[in-house]
Amino acid sequence: MSMGLLRLLRGNKASAPVARERLQILLAHERGMRGQPDLLGVLREEILAVVSKHVTLDPTKVIVRLERGDEVSTLEVDIEVPNDFERKKAAVA
Amino acid sequence: MAKVLVVTSGKGGVGKTTTTAALGAALAQRGDKVVVVDFDVGLRNLDLVMGAERRVVFDLINVVQGVAKLPQALIKDKRLENLWLLPASQTRDKDALTEEGVGKVIDELRARFDWVICDSPAGIERGASMAMRFADEAVVVTNPEVSSVRDSDRIIGMLDSKTVRAEKGERVEKHILITRYDPSRAARGEMLTIEDILEILATPLLGIIPESQDVLRASNVGTPVTLSNADGAPARAYIDAARRLCGDTVPMQVPTERKGFMDRLLRRRAA
Repeated sequence: MSMGLLRLLRGNKASAPVARERLQILLAHERGMRGQPDLLGVLREEILAVVSKHVTLDPTKVIVRLERGDEVSTLEVDIEVPNDFERKKAAVA
Repeated sequence: MAKVLVVTSGKGGVGKTTTTAALGAALAQRGDKVVVVDFDVGLRNLDLVMGAERRVVFDLINVVQGVAKLPQALIKDKRLENLWLLPASQTRDKDALTEEGVGKVIDELRARFDWVICDSPAGIERGASMAMRFADEAVVVTNPEVSSVRDSDRIIGMLDSKTVRAEKGERVEKHILITRYDPSRAARGEMLTIEDILEILATPLLGIIPESQDVLRASNVGTPVTLSNADGAPARAYIDAARRLCGDTVPMQVPTERKGFMDRLLRRRAA
């Protein structure tokens, strides 16, 4: 069966405009990210440095995550603190 | 003044090697002295597309490492007086391409040729970044297809930041070459149009190479498509693109196959 007839039966619309729109949205996002330092990496390092001033931390137990939403995004910071940190602090002081 | 031109794309299989061979031959036919350099270490193919695969003795890596002198590694084309090939290594690792070594080879080539055309490997790894590192101009080969356009955008970003020229605050002149273009599919809305691609990539157009059987036929026999069927649509498009690279003003058009009555009749049936 000819492609033209197949397309008519399936009622296919032109797909190129969809391709163009998807590309425009994607590339606008990717260009914004380009050349920027890794934001989450920087945040993680700085948060770790601040908290470490007061509490002894295991650097591998600091997790920084960014969830992108339609309206707002959430930055989730998960820091595992050892239970005896108050005592350690007292010992240092 | 010698010009270093990188043919690049990010995505594989879009026609970088075909384009390197075709533009190299077209520029050499105009009388310029041209060398085409294969940067695809480990997966060389420019020698095969140029029909010189059985004449490779030394390669780019040998010259970079000082094992061979540049004249020993250069292969002269059998058809064109002004065309030369510097093949890639098939066995070495791409890490053998040091920036210092490649820079020296490019300087030597600049002294001997009018055009140094670097055929980039796909991807954004070492081979690709070395191919573009010393470029004055770039041809970004793009297919009218989403993944190719996205990768071209990424490569354009690299040309603007990771080249010697960019680091000196100068510009690498960039051109888009659209390959495998099918005007009838674009007209039916099945394929990104030229306008779509240029608007998205915001880079000037060097040429439009139509989808054609000539390209496969040329690589089958190891001849640049501009030489194998010089009257064919892709050859004419490449020759026009080469003229634009030299600064000529050539009206932009999508070359079409010249078809006889029987071709048209058969094609209509087949479609």
